[in-house]
Amino acid sequence: MAIKDKLSGNEAVAIAMRQIDPDVVAAFPITPSTEVPQYFSQFVANGQVHTEFVAVESEHSAMSACIGAEAAGARTMTATSSQGLALMWEMLYIAASLHLPIVMSVINRALSGPINIHNDHSDSMGARDSGWIQLYCEDNQEAYDNLIQAVRIAEHKDVQLPVMVCFDGFITSHAVENIELIEDEKVKAFVGEYKPGYHLLNKDNPIALGPLDMPAFYFEHKRAQAECMQNAKKVIMEVAQEFEKLTGRKYGFFEEYRMDDAEVAVVVLNSTAGTAKTVVNELRDQGIKAGLIKPRVFRPFPFEEIGKALSGLKAVAVMDKAESFSTAGGPLFAEIRSAMFDYAKDTKAINYIYGLGGRDVRADEIKLVYQDLIDIARTGQVKSTFNYLGIRE
Amino acid sequence: MGKMVEIRWHGRGGQGAKTASLLLAEAAFDTGKFIQGFPEYGPERMGAPITAYNRISDEKITIHSNIYEPDYVVVVDETLITSVDVLAGLKEGGAVVINSPKDPEELRPLLKGYEGKIYTVDARTISVEELGRYFPNVPMLGAIVKVTNLMDEDIFVDAMEKSFHHKFATKPQVIEGNMRALKRAMQEVKGL
Repeated sequence: MAIKDKLSGNEAVAIAMRQIDPDVVAAFPITPSTEVPQYFSQFVANGQVHTEFVAVESEHSAMSACIGAEAAGARTMTATSSQGLALMWEMLYIAASLHLPIVMSVINRALSGPINIHNDHSDSMGARDSGWIQLYCEDNQEAYDNLIQAVRIAEHKDVQLPVMVCFDGFITSHAVENIELIEDEKVKAFVGEYKPGYHLLNKDNPIALGPLDMPAFYFEHKRAQAECMQNAKKVIMEVAQEFEKLTGRKYGFFEEYRMDDAEVAVVVLNSTAGTAKTVVNELRDQGIKAGLIKPRVFRPFPFEEIGKALSGLKAVAVMDKAESFSTAGGPLFAEIRSAMFDYAKDTKAINYIYGLGGRDVRADEIKLVYQDLIDIARTGQVKSTFNYLGIRE
Repeated sequence: MGKMVEIRWHGRGGQGAKTASLLLAEAAFDTGKFIQGFPEYGPERMGAPITAYNRISDEKITIHSNIYEPDYVVVVDETLITSVDVLAGLKEGGAVVINSPKDPEELRPLLKGYEGKIYTVDARTISVEELGRYFPNVPMLGAIVKVTNLMDEDIFVDAMEKSFHHKFATKPQVIEGNMRALKRAMQEVKGL
């Protein structure tokens, strides 16, 4: 039986880490992710896990220590936010290119400057091309569930890539909400024992990691890395199906909320998707055919699946909690619209950048986005493709 | 959608409004409700105005914005009623619970034009007498539960005792005083 509890997002992922009981955790505290290593280090001190906890002096060192540990054959986890993720930057690429299945919670927070501790997605969106798988989470339950699934996805022999589990700083990390936990022994059985394929401490099969890769082979190695990312799509779905058997909770590349006969839809990540669901319900009560798509997997990007899910709609608004300064919309919009070019050419698409630096996202503002879509659906005219929501102009 | 109750807490940094919102969420969870308890994080300075929130519902709560139209407002520091718009968006038929030794009607002139219900509780006196120090959050928590009738009082008191044993595991000497403060506030809240 599931264990009903009330936990913050940070508590939930720390408990998932206790249940996973990794060999190594190396971390450096940064708001709002600090509580994750804080709670976890208590589990270490209490002897509730067998983990070697490495208290490093920076996030660059945290990721470096994770790389060293994982390369040695140890199941390795960490957590960070914002500037911490930024400081890890060069090591993120090393972890991915060495095929090291590290699992990291990224508690999303705006990047400086100006300095700001609150939530947006500029940190993880900036790391989208680093070669890490990225899973996004609406609430504490999804953060917990995705972290457990991430271990299986990362370590799968056809994938062997690191995974980021991204959820909203403060909104999810610090709010206490209901959650259903899985029993310790079931989590342990689900993630299984880690059996690394190649690792440095295997004296019977010595390998080199990280040597200079000249033009003769670098390209092939990058191609192989992309192939693993491609394989991840199948593995993500297989792990989700197994997880559903265990818990009854269904996961895919994205959640489709009231999309069956929808004419207009919003595409939005993380906690704002929950707020938008209340707006969808209200609009449905008024007879408006509104729906919502909440991407869970952003890397690999479910190009065909999300493109097809948006076909047949009259209008779609993609919402980005990150500014890419392309002057042509946020990162989620750019990719979704690209998918729509192949699969949903007749659907009008607009972009809203919203909630930067923790600007609260209100249900009545999301209603304005749907109103915009309803107008587009009615007239067939897009007045403005690139928009900002909830800002003083 | 089942009825959802939304509560907004106004306090000053250090008075425990955030802790009170989390304790209320935990107690409501123990009665089988869906809950949210979260603070609005700002520059965390002692004495600066802070806000915390609760949502309590019979169904899963997915909304994740702050609360703009609360059913109830709790004012943990009386001086805030003239410096912060504590009643902003308060629903008609809602109520405000203020930490004050005064009678509710004495405060009405300060709440410009407000016609709704006002409750007061002297959290300072209760806290100082029962705990020897000024921690207004626990008496305010008792008062809001009494006013809202959100849950069975016995279940609430039991849940709080459990929470205190967990929270104050390293200083059990304060548990009894907090329990007395909680129960006294439930008895002494004015305006019922």
